[in-house]
Amino acid sequence: MAQIVIKSLRKEFGAFTAVQSSSFTIEDGEFFMLLGPSGCGKTTTLRMIAGLELPTAGEIFIDGTEVSQKPASQRDIAFVFQMFALYPHMNVRKNISYPLVSQGMKRDQVRAKVNEVAEILGITSILEKPVGGLSGGDRQRVALGRAIVRDPACFLMDEPLGALDAEFREHMALELRALHDRMRATTVYVTHDQLEAMQMGDKIVVMNHGVVEQFGRPQEIYDWPATTFVARFIGSPAMNLLNFDGMVGNGSTQVTLSDAAIKIPPMISGASGPLTLGVRPEHIRLDDAAPLKARIKAAEYLGTTQIITLDTPHGPVKARIASDQPATIGDTTGLAFDPRSITLFDPTGHALISEANQKVLSHG
Amino acid sequence: MSYSITEPSSRQKWIAGGLVIAYAILTLLPLAWIIATGFKTPADAIAYPPKVLFTPSLEGYVNLFTSRSRVTPEDLAALGPPTTWYDSIVRQYDMVITGASRYGERFLNSVIIGFGSTFLSVFLGTIAAYAFSRFKVPLKDDLLFFILSTRMMPPIAVAIPIFLMYRQLGLSDTHLGMILLYTAVNLSLSVWLLKGFIDEIPIEYEEAALIDGYTRFQAFYKVVLPQAATGIASTAIFCLIFAWNEYAFAVLLTSGTAQTAPPFIPTIIGAGGKDWPAVAAGATLFLLPIMVFTILLRKHLLRGITFGAVRK
Ligand SMILES: Nc1ncnc2c1ncn2[C@@H]1O[C@H](COP(=O)(O)OP(=O)(O)O)[C@@H](O)[C@H]1O
Ligand SMILES: [Mg+2]
Repeated sequence: MAQIVIKSLRKEFGAFTAVQSSSFTIEDGEFFMLLGPSGCGKTTTLRMIAGLELPTAGEIFIDGTEVSQKPASQRDIAFVFQMFALYPHMNVRKNISYPLVSQGMKRDQVRAKVNEVAEILGITSILEKPVGGLSGGDRQRVALGRAIVRDPACFLMDEPLGALDAEFREHMALELRALHDRMRATTVYVTHDQLEAMQMGDKIVVMNHGVVEQFGRPQEIYDWPATTFVARFIGSPAMNLLNFDGMVGNGSTQVTLSDAAIKIPPMISGASGPLTLGVRPEHIRLDDAAPLKARIKAAEYLGTTQIITLDTPHGPVKARIASDQPATIGDTTGLAFDPRSITLFDPTGHALISEANQKVLSHG
Repeated sequence: MSYSITEPSSRQKWIAGGLVIAYAILTLLPLAWIIATGFKTPADAIAYPPKVLFTPSLEGYVNLFTSRSRVTPEDLAALGPPTTWYDSIVRQYDMVITGASRYGERFLNSVIIGFGSTFLSVFLGTIAAYAFSRFKVPLKDDLLFFILSTRMMPPIAVAIPIFLMYRQLGLSDTHLGMILLYTAVNLSLSVWLLKGFIDEIPIEYEEAALIDGYTRFQAFYKVVLPQAATGIASTAIFCLIFAWNEYAFAVLLTSGTAQTAPPFIPTIIGAGGKDWPAVAAGATLFLLPIMVFTILLRKHLLRGITFGAVRK
């Protein structure tokens, strides 16, 4: 059980910087998600925590001890690899026993421990089988078994469900989360799938191009993105981003888009120039009386709700509205935004602080 | 052109089987002839037309392992009756056995030099290949090319410099000298083959072992080696076959202490003796170790050769 603190961590491969000054804290017992598109430096970050890669600069504390230059074997972590990395020349039992044998544990103790872990994971019946013929799910369980058998301080998992097919992923995700809730070991989990991250994580770090974009609880990140990247990356459909020229300052409570005044949460910081207004699809209403006009381009029926795609002078917008509300393609309608849930972004794509997002964004 | 993935028809199977058998006969015929000749008498061995059916005799093997000298019939009579079966074979020709031949020693030399150099080539090749595969080695590609380039001319092209160098260094006609020479020749093949095999082993296995608490060397030894077994076995066979059969350097550099079997076998034929059965017997026995070695590692060899194509 451990707290992990990452401080200004940086990794360069020659001239290329894979991770730039990342800082975040993983609390003891947390299920922590490293989320970002492919190539953004998630694996590299995880490997530095594991000790498989040495950082170019920065510090890693596991339970208060600085470990960034220590070998992997001294960090008391378990790593679940993207492709599982089960030893193909050993059967399931030997694979799970392996970390214990390396510690010099007695044979009958190893046996008992492996049986116990197999019980937890429901793989008792395949213990003596070679790993070659196992299904993806069973391989995944064996890899997990090898990780949990040692009772490590924390688990590091690199897209552990990436190799499974979609249907099974969901099932394994639930299983993993349930396992974590039972064991309560600190877990760092890498994924590029924002839905997976939102579903499973206690906290999420969103990375892009080696930079930590935002770090917080799923709900906070969803509601109050710190950058336009996060706004675009999280949620499906993603947050709507409307570009406009304007100026806001401390205390502003509205902006003007195409002569329509839009109410926003009271601002604390300000900016001027090409700004961006972010609003989630579920916070948009179609209201013929609203001053911001848009033309309905498409409607996508999703059961209780439907996603309406509209054209505005500030870019396309998607709105999530009740299915029974009529929406005719080609019609022009007005857009009304829920003023409490709007985020404004400055010309560099960073969120402006308002009374609404202040609590979430000021800690990072 | 389209390819059928259905079961071949029985006629296709017959034709394929026939071709395989025909090819097997073609390649095995000389081998069968050598083995048969080993069990013929010298007269049968050179009979014309060649004898396919003959009374087997162990004369060739007796001659192979003994040295004999001719004695006068009177002396022979004075010796009394032959005491062993091989004595009696030899006495038909007015000869007596004076001692063991050198074949045993030469054979042992071949074993020492062949297996010694194979072990060394595979051992050095494995660690070099591992380093090239896993570590950042400066000028890696150039070094690998350089290693390969040592095989871009036939080794015998450098026979004269090696001959002079070995004489200077006192390595001529020594086991060590021959082991070093064959290792040097085989090493480039060994490094390249093994690097291919080790490249195919995902690095995650070792990293998992590192995290599980093993040292880098333990990870290499317990995780990489077992998985490279196929590659190591097939590399070992290639190295052994070369070292075992090598003739030109053996003739040039060995004459006594370290002489291997290949240059020795032709000398059995003797001055004017035309002892073909003994030569054939020597060749037959010489084939055995490599046959056994290959059969033992056959499973690995087949998988090794097709490694790149049908992994898993
Ligand atoms: N050993 C390495 N040498 C050079 N570049 C690397 C190495 N490992 C990763 N990279 C680069 O660093 C970037 C981040 O990689 P990675 O951490 O694997 O991304 P992710 O896991 O988020 O997909 C990528 O552009 C990748 O090409
Ligand atoms: Mg990755």
